[in-house]
Amino acid sequence: MNFQMSDMAYILPETIMAVCAMLLLVADLVIHDKKVTAWLSLAIVGATMAFTMSVPVGTAFSGMVVSDRYATFFKMVFLINAALTILVSGAYFSARKEEHGEYYILMLFATLGMMMMASSGDLMSLYLGLELMALSTYVLAGFLRRDIKSNEASVKYFMLGAFSSAFLLYGISLIYGLTGTTQLAGIAKMLGEGTITGNPVLLAAIVMFVVAFGFKVAAAPFHMWAPDVYEGAPTPVTAFMSVGPKAAGFAVMARVFVAAFASELAGWSALLAMLAVLTMAVGNIMALGQTNIKRMLAYSSIAHAGYALIGVIAGTAQGVAAMMNYMMIYAFMNFGAFAVIILLDRNGTGFDGLDDFRGLSKTRPGIAFIMLLFMFSLAGIPPTAGFIGKFYLFTAAVNSGHVYIVIAAAIFSAISAYFYLRVVRLMYMEAPDSEIMCACEPVRVKIVLAVTAAAVVLIGLFPDALVSLARGSASVFRG
Amino acid sequence: MGITATHMLIPGLPLLAFLINGLFGARVIKEKAHWIATLAVAGSWLLSVLTVMDVLGGKTYYGDVYRFLTSGSLQLAVGFCIDQLTVVMLVVVTTVSTLVHIYSIGYMHGESGYWRFYSYLSLFTFSMLMLVMSNNFLQLYFGWEAVGVCSYLLIGFYYNKESAAIAGKKAFIVNRFGDFGFALGLFLVFINFGSLDYRTVFAALQNWQSPVLHIAGFDIDRITLIALLLFCGAVGKSAQFPLHVWLPDAMEGPTPVSALIHAATMVTAGVFLLARCNPIFNMSHSAMMVVAITGAFTALFAATIALVQTDIKRVIAYSTISQLGYMVLACGVGAYSAGIFHLYTHAFFKALLFLGAGSVIHAVHDQDIRNMGGLYRHMKTTAITFWIASLSISGFPLLAGFFSKDEILWLTYASHGSLGKVLWMVGTLVALLTAFYSFRLIFLTFHGQFRGGHEKEHHLHESPSVMTIPLIILCVGSVAAGWVGLPPALGFENHFAHFLMPVVGHPEAHGSHGEELMVMLLSIAVGLAGIGAAWMLYGKKSDIPDRMAAALNGVPYRWLQNKYYVDEFYDAVIVRPVIWVAKNVLLPVTDGAIIEGIVNGVPKSIGWFGEKLRSLQTGVVHHYATIMATGAFALVVLALALMGGR
Repeated sequence: MNFQMSDMAYILPETIMAVCAMLLLVADLVIHDKKVTAWLSLAIVGATMAFTMSVPVGTAFSGMVVSDRYATFFKMVFLINAALTILVSGAYFSARKEEHGEYYILMLFATLGMMMMASSGDLMSLYLGLELMALSTYVLAGFLRRDIKSNEASVKYFMLGAFSSAFLLYGISLIYGLTGTTQLAGIAKMLGEGTITGNPVLLAAIVMFVVAFGFKVAAAPFHMWAPDVYEGAPTPVTAFMSVGPKAAGFAVMARVFVAAFASELAGWSALLAMLAVLTMAVGNIMALGQTNIKRMLAYSSIAHAGYALIGVIAGTAQGVAAMMNYMMIYAFMNFGAFAVIILLDRNGTGFDGLDDFRGLSKTRPGIAFIMLLFMFSLAGIPPTAGFIGKFYLFTAAVNSGHVYIVIAAAIFSAISAYFYLRVVRLMYMEAPDSEIMCACEPVRVKIVLAVTAAAVVLIGLFPDALVSLARGSASVFRG
Repeated sequence: MGITATHMLIPGLPLLAFLINGLFGARVIKEKAHWIATLAVAGSWLLSVLTVMDVLGGKTYYGDVYRFLTSGSLQLAVGFCIDQLTVVMLVVVTTVSTLVHIYSIGYMHGESGYWRFYSYLSLFTFSMLMLVMSNNFLQLYFGWEAVGVCSYLLIGFYYNKESAAIAGKKAFIVNRFGDFGFALGLFLVFINFGSLDYRTVFAALQNWQSPVLHIAGFDIDRITLIALLLFCGAVGKSAQFPLHVWLPDAMEGPTPVSALIHAATMVTAGVFLLARCNPIFNMSHSAMMVVAITGAFTALFAATIALVQTDIKRVIAYSTISQLGYMVLACGVGAYSAGIFHLYTHAFFKALLFLGAGSVIHAVHDQDIRNMGGLYRHMKTTAITFWIASLSISGFPLLAGFFSKDEILWLTYASHGSLGKVLWMVGTLVALLTAFYSFRLIFLTFHGQFRGGHEKEHHLHESPSVMTIPLIILCVGSVAAGWVGLPPALGFENHFAHFLMPVVGHPEAHGSHGEELMVMLLSIAVGLAGIGAAWMLYGKKSDIPDRMAAALNGVPYRWLQNKYYVDEFYDAVIVRPVIWVAKNVLLPVTDGAIIEGIVNGVPKSIGWFGEKLRSLQTGVVHHYATIMATGAFALVVLALALMGGR
């Protein structure tokens, strides 16, 4: 592999983020007010965002890195996610006396890993990005060092994550053995010749990828870690994890399956279809019985992975566009719901029972209304963004002939309305138990709420901009 | 040309007023609700007038302003089409609506739910404007259903009065029948033309061979089916036979509502639909025939019932149904511009009649004309305007109703074939009946002796000027509105028909000026004869009506009084069986066994399933790892089983 200086242009955003994050790590030693670290890391995210939007299109480092609109779209999702997380974290951790500078730097590194995943053109760079993301997130999940649940979450996530990495590596080695390359373009070319179609080893390799990516996006039956980790991790980290790694998983899933394994469409899409139905079933049905809001949202995020899988299963550019669209919408609505929980958190004593929402419309009408928006959006009720997301997913699936899976998704959506609207019912139709006191009124969390709520409404009313952006970005996929 | 902010504000202002009154009416605005609503609708009126000027100058506007979803060829969009037909409707809707808003300040004064009344009125005005300004079928349907909802809410405005609540329900349910057909028609339009946009659909009609369908032994070409299904919607909304039964009961609503919704605007939506979809109807001769016959029959049918009704509002309600029949008849013979012309003049004199009736009810606190009489002495403005409106509806020469009704009768006479002649004869007979029942009402209400008792007579008074000024304005309209469409037979040019021609075309008239004059003179003659007969029977003191009622107290009189027993027929054939089925079949079987079984069974089985799943969620890491490994193994087996053999 030859190193050319001109290749650097394609990874300029990642480079900037990596260098700045490391500088911040050093600078943090002398920064006493961790708020400054937070704002500086937010500035780094902003700068990276600016450079991401103007990065040239092309491949670099002998095909290791692919810089295209598809990658850019996902990078924007990751960066938005990171920015929102930074904004909600300060108040949460300072209330628990656990605000440390490393937190923000780990967040940046995790995001860097996701960005590398999104623009990986080679299974090796993909793996590298994935591990950078995963290792940083394991630490983040256990960031409340004195909290036993947080520790448990971290260790669980780490052990199972390592297990799933083994699957991924095994899959990569099988593919390398079959095709002699780890480059996605090369794999697509080899498989396209049709000589190894139906080879059991190829099928086994595909399954390995399904398992590894399924783990990252929390698709059943590889989702078992998610509820425990989401519940145990600090809430801002849960919000971060439920959006970022999931979106990154989908970003590489479409690259590997829809682009590299295009010739094996029938095979992997049948496997993913079973996974999707199982995921929607498990996520929605388990969410019904939850009394802890974080756990309910954990299962809800599993269910949403099931919906987004539908776009990949379609195997078309339209399907991928719908999946991307959904990821962006999901980022806003899911993060928004978590931000509400963070805002209502009573000084570190925890706000996580569903009962805490009782009568919220009386005590905090504004917050209650915003939560209502997120719940409607998650349930897919128009005119919120969630409806738009589902609509395009279902359209793509119907157009590619997967009617049965749309029927299943519609049924599970109906079931999901029960537990989302239960929150609304508690907020609006029940009398408040007690006054919910918020000693701190973190402005930064309110900003996040305003941004996410506005996005949910505006995308719901004016979907065209996002839809055509996703469609244009997905045009790198054929079909 | 494209749509501008001016056009968007026309429906936008009433919507804003609705939101403000709806959100803050109960607590903040209360008795001042009329300010917001009236100013908003007056603003719409002003903008409509400006738009009319524009369109008179030859400009039309067309375009989408907001696109919600695009999926394949399905587009969900909000768009406006501002053409000649639309601006006529804009004028009618905003003028009458503004006057009714002003009138209601006096009429509804002190009612509980005053703000609610005004927010409903604003919502109605918004919906009606969206309906007439739409550039696609979906928005038309949205407006259509929204005005239906407003109608329901306003009929049942006095919701603690049982008859009002029932009437609202009836209006809504009867309209379901028509709207069901309408919706099917829209589906067919979309299936056949791949679009719901007016321009696209009407352009596709140009070179379209309608396939013939075989339905239940009949051959019917698809365009006829589409036209008839769309007409179903019109039959419901415009209260044509056999779905007319809801309109008389709708009189339970406050009288200004009857004037606005159930006389001048909403009920004419069906006629508007026919005119708007004229390219579709023009392609099907048989559908047109059905439309024309339905219209003529309804006109006659309702006019005969109006002869014997004793409730002042019900007489006018049946008169409305009858006049709507005229408009539908006009559309059925291809004379869309005549139909719209009558719609436009009718809006003035019929709104005036209702508001006048409201003024009377306001004074007498009774709706039964047998308890009235001699009101002329006490309320001159109301009486005089009522007189002029009645002359107008009776086709008295030079008044608005004369020109529009005459144009319909002439173009019916001049349409193809002998059917036209038969329909014309029916129409002329209806003109006679119209004059008769209108003046029966006048003589019984305003002349002779007051029959409501001495006590009441002392309290009779003219209504406040906030109510009489709208009457006077409408009265001017009832006189002069027709002068924009003078008949060519008298040497004029029909500006109105000429104006609408780009949208609805103009039918060929088969006949000479001489024949046209003959038709005109005959309609004048029957009108005067009707007035004269009413005077003979009710104007002079006479016992002829009672003796006639006694003599005919068999089939004709009792049948008329009971409105041909249509309600009773529906009750026996539809309502009772449906309720029987609901009670004896649906409740125990479908609801009890099936739905409750599912409703209770599904959560139970989901709960069971969830229980099993939850037992897997142990929290122990190596259990989770085992499940992952099992899943992976299962996937490998599945993959090999499904795909391995290729």
